[in-house]
Amino acid sequence: MTATPALARGHAVDLLRHMLLVRLFEERSAELYMEGKIRGFLHLAIGQEAVAVGSLAAAAETDRIVAAYREHAHALARGTPPAAVMAEMFGKATGCCRGRGGSMHLFDVARGLYGGNAIVAGGLPLAVGLALADSLRRLPHVTLCFFGDGAVAEGEFHESLNLAALWKLPVVFLCENNRYAMGTALERHQAMPFIHRKASAYGIESAVVDGMDVLAVEAAARLAVETARGSGRPYLLEARTYRFRAHSMYDPELYRPKEEVERWKARDPLDTFPRSLEAWGLVTADDVRAMHADVAGEVEAAVAAAEAAAWEPVADLSRDVLAAPTEAVA
Amino acid sequence: MTVTTYREAVREALREALAADERVFLMGEDVGLYGGAYACSRGLLEEFGPERVRDAPLSESAFVGAGIGAAIAGMRPIVEVMTVNFSLLALDQIVNNAAAIRHMSGGQLGVPLVIRMATGAGRQVAAQHSHSLEVWYAHVPGIKVLAPVTVADARGMLAPALADPDPVVIFEHAQLYPVEGELPPQGDVCDPWHAAIRRPGRDVTLVTYGGSVPKALAAAEAVAAEGIEVEVIDLRSLRPLDVATILESVGRTRRATVVDEGWRTCGLAAEIGSLIAEGGFYDLDAPVTRICTAEVPIPYARHLEEAALPGVERIVAAVRELAGLRA
Repeated sequence: MTATPALARGHAVDLLRHMLLVRLFEERSAELYMEGKIRGFLHLAIGQEAVAVGSLAAAAETDRIVAAYREHAHALARGTPPAAVMAEMFGKATGCCRGRGGSMHLFDVARGLYGGNAIVAGGLPLAVGLALADSLRRLPHVTLCFFGDGAVAEGEFHESLNLAALWKLPVVFLCENNRYAMGTALERHQAMPFIHRKASAYGIESAVVDGMDVLAVEAAARLAVETARGSGRPYLLEARTYRFRAHSMYDPELYRPKEEVERWKARDPLDTFPRSLEAWGLVTADDVRAMHADVAGEVEAAVAAAEAAAWEPVADLSRDVLAAPTEAVA
Repeated sequence: MTVTTYREAVREALREALAADERVFLMGEDVGLYGGAYACSRGLLEEFGPERVRDAPLSESAFVGAGIGAAIAGMRPIVEVMTVNFSLLALDQIVNNAAAIRHMSGGQLGVPLVIRMATGAGRQVAAQHSHSLEVWYAHVPGIKVLAPVTVADARGMLAPALADPDPVVIFEHAQLYPVEGELPPQGDVCDPWHAAIRRPGRDVTLVTYGGSVPKALAAAEAVAAEGIEVEVIDLRSLRPLDVATILESVGRTRRATVVDEGWRTCGLAAEIGSLIAEGGFYDLDAPVTRICTAEVPIPYARHLEEAALPGVERIVAAVRELAGLRA
């Protein structure tokens, strides 16, 4: 853990609160999945909270975010109301995408979130395009593009890094390396498993950071974002992290040893970070308990709002396929 | 009216679009220095500079995806993919992102993107440069598909496609680039979403599009001497389909053949045949027939390629057969 004496209490509390929100929101989501309230695929980022929360703390409000399908954390860290995310997963009309996207496709354009994308590496070319538009329009925005280690095996990863470097576009490619592409370990899908080093093939600056340490992630992401903003060029940041739960909701976890999971759980950011803050005298155990109760209440309010919300009318089924119903010709 | 080629008309449309709106830029393989694989963009790099006429690496998925992202963020990109066969490398971006993002985002985002690509056979370039896969795109909700045939449409369709808030794929049949035709005066407004009756007739309706339209017109001319009057419908838009124009024509002629350079199985001709059966069954005096490409990857040898494609002779034979079924 990087000791940061200059760490402001308010900021530290904010980071902890966001990580706690993601954790409690997802734990509750898992229960709701078992109750059948949430269906489809549900990918939990429990264990990985420090990556989304730390890196998005380093992004400006006007920066653009592209995420993958394990992206509740990114939406919540970006400030999308938990009720809008929960309602989306319930398939309700008050969901952030009015029930069209679900867990894997959270969009909140007002907050610069251009989607969860469930095609592995499918968001990378999109991120390059967002940055291309900003570059052409001389806007100072940076695009943060999140993806997992599995995406590195896709052609779109390599095509996108090359294009962003070639055209000098300010994209921070942020790899959330949780060591598994679904059930295939990094060493079993990458001939050269040091992901940040792949950037050198494209002349892209890169770094690797401990993804279980929210302060380290924030510092590394700040460097990445501001380097990209200053140079107008891409940057690859690899955050090494771990998911504690199954890939999706049903997963017998035949592909990894229990001891490995336990080893990583010992580094749980929701355990280590509050203890550090207590040690540094920034919060007390009572503060943390109060925050826990407060965030749990916020999650329960989101669940209640989602429960109470109306269903989108079936009559609106084909709404938003096209901007205007020119399909009427057919 | 000026006479020009289809290729020149496409270039003129690109030039007008780049000049009219600073959000427009052209991006694709060899669109700049090389002037375009089919020379459609020759001279535009010099005129508009490398920021707006962008040579892209051979990364179809990345540069089509970048076009999608740029469109979302306020630009109006025109992405050129060299041929429809190569566009399959970008099919993920087109189907999973461009076509789906408006719906997945609950209407928060649209993708005002134009993708142009060459299609079609007839140049002995074999099975990886010759296919007509328009129907693959026409199958997908969330995108629109245009197929200009005339010089007027080659120029006229780009502006409304760019003005459209949704992704539009434009198919240019590679055989059409050198064909000459009349260019309407500048400022002539094009409505690309409705079919055009290219030749009126009362006996048989030929429904077709793209590179098959000239063949259908030649066949119509050939049988006119025998007293068979063929109506030729150029669909122009493959999604949405102008069903009303098709049904109105079939209501008069009572016979229809669909000419489609795509394969017959699960193709556009099957869709049109179904639409006629659903909406015009009681008007018909004869079964709707289909003239499509033989179910083979397009072969290289000239005689084999010709045998595979819907040619004028096959269309003439089909028309004669249908006309012979006159009630």
